[in-house]
Amino acid sequence: MSVRPEDLLHPRPEGLYCPPGNFFIDPLQPVGRALVTHAHSDHARPGHGAVLATRETLDIMAIRLGADFCGTRQIAPYGETIVEGGVAIRFEPAGHVLGSAQILLEWRGCRIVVSGDYKRQADPTTPAFAPISCDVFVTEATFGLPVFRHPDPAAEIAKLLASLRRFPERAHLVGAYSLGKAQRVIRLIRDAGYDAPIHLHGALEKVTRYYTERGIPLGDLRPATGAARADLAGALVLCPPASLADLWSRRFPDPVTAVASGWMRIKARARQNGAELPLVISDHADWPDLTATLPQTGAGQIWVTHGQEDALVHWCQAGGWAARPLRLVGYGDEDAGGAA
Amino acid sequence: MRAFAELIDRLAFEPRRNAKLALMTDYFRATPDPDRGYALAALCGALDFPAAKPALLKALIAERADPVLFALAYDYVGDLSETIALMWPAQPAEAETGRLGAIVAALGETHRAALPARIAAWLDALDEQGRWALLKLMTGGLRIGVSAALARQAVAALGGVAAAEVEEVWHAIAPPYPALFAWLEGRGPRPDAADALTFRAPMLAHPLDEAELAALDPADFIAEWKWDGIRVQAAARPGETRLFSRSGDEITAAFPDLAAGLGFDGVIDGELVVIHDETVAPFSAVQQRLNRKQVGARLLAAFPAHLIAYDLLFAGGEDLRALPLLARRARLEALVTAAGTARLRLSPLIPFADWPELAARRADSAADPAIEGVMLKRRDSPYLAGRPWGPWFKWKRAPDLVDCVLMYAQRGHGKRSSFYSDFTFGVWDGERLVPVGKAYFGFTDAELAELDQFVRRNTINRFGPVREVAHGAGGGLVLEIAYEGLQVSTRHRSGIAMRFPRIHRIRWDKPAAEADRIETLRERLGAAPPPSRRTVPARDDGG
Repeated sequence: MSVRPEDLLHPRPEGLYCPPGNFFIDPLQPVGRALVTHAHSDHARPGHGAVLATRETLDIMAIRLGADFCGTRQIAPYGETIVEGGVAIRFEPAGHVLGSAQILLEWRGCRIVVSGDYKRQADPTTPAFAPISCDVFVTEATFGLPVFRHPDPAAEIAKLLASLRRFPERAHLVGAYSLGKAQRVIRLIRDAGYDAPIHLHGALEKVTRYYTERGIPLGDLRPATGAARADLAGALVLCPPASLADLWSRRFPDPVTAVASGWMRIKARARQNGAELPLVISDHADWPDLTATLPQTGAGQIWVTHGQEDALVHWCQAGGWAARPLRLVGYGDEDAGGAA
Repeated sequence: MRAFAELIDRLAFEPRRNAKLALMTDYFRATPDPDRGYALAALCGALDFPAAKPALLKALIAERADPVLFALAYDYVGDLSETIALMWPAQPAEAETGRLGAIVAALGETHRAALPARIAAWLDALDEQGRWALLKLMTGGLRIGVSAALARQAVAALGGVAAAEVEEVWHAIAPPYPALFAWLEGRGPRPDAADALTFRAPMLAHPLDEAELAALDPADFIAEWKWDGIRVQAAARPGETRLFSRSGDEITAAFPDLAAGLGFDGVIDGELVVIHDETVAPFSAVQQRLNRKQVGARLLAAFPAHLIAYDLLFAGGEDLRALPLLARRARLEALVTAAGTARLRLSPLIPFADWPELAARRADSAADPAIEGVMLKRRDSPYLAGRPWGPWFKWKRAPDLVDCVLMYAQRGHGKRSSFYSDFTFGVWDGERLVPVGKAYFGFTDAELAELDQFVRRNTINRFGPVREVAHGAGGGLVLEIAYEGLQVSTRHRSGIAMRFPRIHRIRWDKPAAEADRIETLRERLGAAPPPSRRTVPARDDGG
């Protein structure tokens, strides 16, 4: 390696910065030029001068933040190389949510991959993650503890549908994060053979419609607001996790409260979220997938951005890798309501 | 094992009492002996495996996981059984572990040295829900929001009998309770409780609505003090005494002085109190003796337990419960006299000619902190299990009231999970408010909706599920809190804990600056010594 990786990428208070390319990746504050891995609000913030991201990420940012969320924007198609200040930039699927990407930077023979958030489980709503060989792999660690092993999501959906059959008179409210999780849960429910209407909280409608416009069939979807109370008995309703405890949830007769999140594995976390029916469905890599992915990249160094970084760094060091936490403050905020 | 694991997993997330009962009854119906019996024992906390302790489990996981990773995970999860269940190395395929009954039997029989390997083999074979259930079973204390009484109610439903009937035979049977299930399913006789010292479901009183007093004839009733101790049932015969709490839990071990000092043969319903110098001490003295597995000599000397006898259910083997109250009382007086021990006292009757006279005596009793009020019992009342309306009334003194300011609110559970329904309130200490208690009942549904709105509109801070509500001299909501007594507490910053606090009235009209001050509570506390240095709030409401 002719250059130090830190010359290509290092943390600054605003976020990860690339000096030769003069851009940030997923900056936490407004900057001149930003590369954005995916459209979750802790990674995709408004107010940058120029944004480079996948088409889906740019579209969703416009839906959620308003059309004027940045100065200029440029589409980075998956697999195409864009050169900026001598740095070759390539976006590749991260498997996290629609449009999510890992970003490969290559400069003077040094290759760094910034994963953003990623998962390895199959997900029909977004292209799959594939490991990219690199010198430094920058990973998340949201579920970076060995207690996190996500089960087969189809089995979790089966629990939901079994509860619907058992309590046909009770509305089933499923708290699911509004970008990615909600659409994936709907797709999983359809794949399990449930084709009755699914009701949506207003906060989910626009992004969900965008998914269907991008060719992901989600079946018969209806707004939950405005539906007659009697029609909601036995209905399946998706909403953001925070709405479960909100005034909004009182319109439903005797609801069963489900939450779809990787945190649901921990009983205390599930109870804290008021989940009577915890569904362990996550869009992040679990511990086995994190620890399987790192060697697959061939990276000699692992940098950990956010989550349970202490455990993952310890695991790397015990396995002989150079690893360090980047201690970037500000990611993971969107997970507060059980979104992960 | 799988069915038991699924049961306790679902119970852990089910907030509704009736749904919990249904889940348990369904399980008892669908599961064969002896598995269901051991499950019942586990739910009632009746299983103990002295060899399977946390140290053994920690040693097992230490052989299989990096200690740093385990420590980080345990710190995050906060529960040893759950942490081990979640991070135990997954096996390629689930093997057969055997049934719950076989596992419980093996846990009891396996030699201490062979136990770790045996437990590890089970953990290897189970999925993570099963591992969690097994680890919880071994370490005791399922902590899934199910009381022993609720589990027994669920098993009673299996046979369509009242919970009281199961309580009556409960202490005559042992895990895995084959005779109990045979009886409930109509395959066998009722287990014979006659030869054992067992618990009999107690008779409880309704609160008196003073408006109804006029319709009652004072000549039909006797009155006695409602002592502020713990309601107990003492079942004794020569050489053996057992003490049960009102809910049927055996508490003999906590009161060896009382158990050894009651020389009678029969079943007495009474109040367990501490007596100092012929004076009944306030409840805080009894509290010193609660929830202890072993009692030291110092404690026995400082807080001697006594029994004030209200009623006699059995004399020897003779069931007196169908007799009129006065006939039972005559037998009780004779029995207490014959026992000839200071540990056993007869509950004195309060003489009165009419209701105003009794009301005056009840008001006078305010000077005695060991008296909660007055009990009214029909002279002809038989002793009936449960809480029948009419024969017995409890007429408590008016509670103490204090004006507090709402400080924090937390969301409730179950049907209340979208409402802020748990309220922390405080009183003034100088210029600051200091929290003195927490209440989550006492209001109507309509009032709850108003309180919830107030919390949402006046939130100034959020800490996880807790909201801090605007409170200060300039703004804040005054709650009139009713409580049943004060105790010194080292757990509360104010140094004071309330018993049974509830919201008596919402004072939308009262400025926060005019709420009460901590000095007011300190004065009231000072008037009701002796304070305890340790608080154990859980207790029965004796009536």
